[in-house]
Amino acid sequence: MRRVVVTGLGLVTPLACGVEETWTRLLDGVSGAGKITAFDTSRVTTDYACEVKHGDGTDGTFNADDWMEPKERRKVDDFILYGIAAADQAVKDAGWTPEDEASRLRTGVMIGSGIGGLKSIEATTLMMAEKGPRRVSPFFIPGALINLISGQVSIRYGFKGPNHAVVTACSTGAHAIGDAARLIKFGDADVMIAGGAEAAICEIGIAGFNSARALSTKRSDEPEKASRPYDADRDGFVMGEGAGVVVLEEYEHAKARGAKIYAEVAGYGLSGDAYHITAPSEDGDGGYRSMQAALGHAGLEPGDIDYINAHGTSTMADTIELTAVERLLGDNAGKATMSSTKSMTGHLLGAAGAIEAIFSILAIRDQVAPPTINLDNPAVETPLDLAANKKVERKIDVALSNSFGFGGTNASVIFRKV
Amino acid sequence: MVYLGPHAPIWGEPPRIRGIQEPRRGIKGKTRVASAQNYEERIMSDVADRVKKIVVEHLGVDEAKVTENASFIDDLGADSLDTVELVMAFEEEFGIEIPDDAAETIQTFGDAVKFISEAT
Repeated sequence: MRRVVVTGLGLVTPLACGVEETWTRLLDGVSGAGKITAFDTSRVTTDYACEVKHGDGTDGTFNADDWMEPKERRKVDDFILYGIAAADQAVKDAGWTPEDEASRLRTGVMIGSGIGGLKSIEATTLMMAEKGPRRVSPFFIPGALINLISGQVSIRYGFKGPNHAVVTACSTGAHAIGDAARLIKFGDADVMIAGGAEAAICEIGIAGFNSARALSTKRSDEPEKASRPYDADRDGFVMGEGAGVVVLEEYEHAKARGAKIYAEVAGYGLSGDAYHITAPSEDGDGGYRSMQAALGHAGLEPGDIDYINAHGTSTMADTIELTAVERLLGDNAGKATMSSTKSMTGHLLGAAGAIEAIFSILAIRDQVAPPTINLDNPAVETPLDLAANKKVERKIDVALSNSFGFGGTNASVIFRKV
Repeated sequence: MVYLGPHAPIWGEPPRIRGIQEPRRGIKGKTRVASAQNYEERIMSDVADRVKKIVVEHLGVDEAKVTENASFIDDLGADSLDTVELVMAFEEEFGIEIPDDAAETIQTFGDAVKFISEAT
């Protein structure tokens, strides 16, 4: 069976634009949360989120001009802009911008989103109600469609291999990386650009998740304390936005061109809960089965897992995932470290699995587990080390990243040191 | 039948009173005839400026490239969706409606200025 490795990384997160800029802040336990600036929040219950910080590009700010010309940017929703920015970083990091047709035919793109162009759907609908359908831009549909990151990236670099996009709510990023790796294993491509992007911090997005009783509502005075997985005082997730994209490559292909190899995609597991549209099954069986399947494909034992990047959204579901992890690891639970980086980035929905895969890969590279911040008063007792409020330097050869989405869709990806 | 007088609003619309409006039209018409050429030129140049601004903004091109015969697609880098959006922007800016079949005849900057000048 062909092996798949990671050779490039790209990030746009609420902590920073850029992989190293984000990673440094993450290890320092910095929160990306703050008051929402994107729209007038006076009508919604939650007025805070983890927004991407726009600026001139210095100090980790996101400068849209660095990634797309203004005239092109006008035609796409922000989730596409973030996706393109992360993809651009990843292909440059991998040094993979081939000019020859043969290489381009063997390179594909699979970047998804949980919701897609919600901001433009909201804005265009409001505009249409006022001015009528003749004013709807011809770029509205191609600027809001979820698969248009994959489309845009393929056009930008001439990548003519498989062009696909995953839509599995908060599991999107993990499914994209796992499925893209399978395409390489199966021989459909030698290189895949894979990941997820999201930009749903708009009035209808916040209102919708508020109505679903999913968002934190109580910490308007201290938003940076709102995302607190496993803590007794947690009251819902904090919405984030951004994108994570990786370059996946067939191992021999990467070796032959002397590419820098971060880690191997060792295992990938998927499962469905068949339980409830928004809540995970209470026994955590869906998550357990996706982790178990990933371990099986990797040919690893539970005791081999050093670090787990948890789904851990800062909701009641945290403890359900924890139960599933304890069940999987059994007697080895005391040897593993598990943290929720959503305590810092917030929940990036369709991008979450992708940015967290990248954090898991960097954990292997730097042999350090990022912390779970705001874990002051644990709601749980567990043999697992939850990296409370402080990064943990330790041996990390194998890292597992979990993502669970609305609809009961679960994905687990395992990365291994090469 | 009750006689309401010559200026009575019978069906809601304000009555049109020839006696008052005619002289006004006459004065306006006279002025216009006197400087018809200037007036047309002024309209054209005002339209051209506003059209040029829209083209520069939407297509991200240098103002100097937006010349009379510059084709949106061949010379200014637009694709078919860009031209649809341009026409919509013209409609919005000038408060006019450009039917689809007419929109197809607007290929160059000059076409746009001519069409809009005639329509407004």
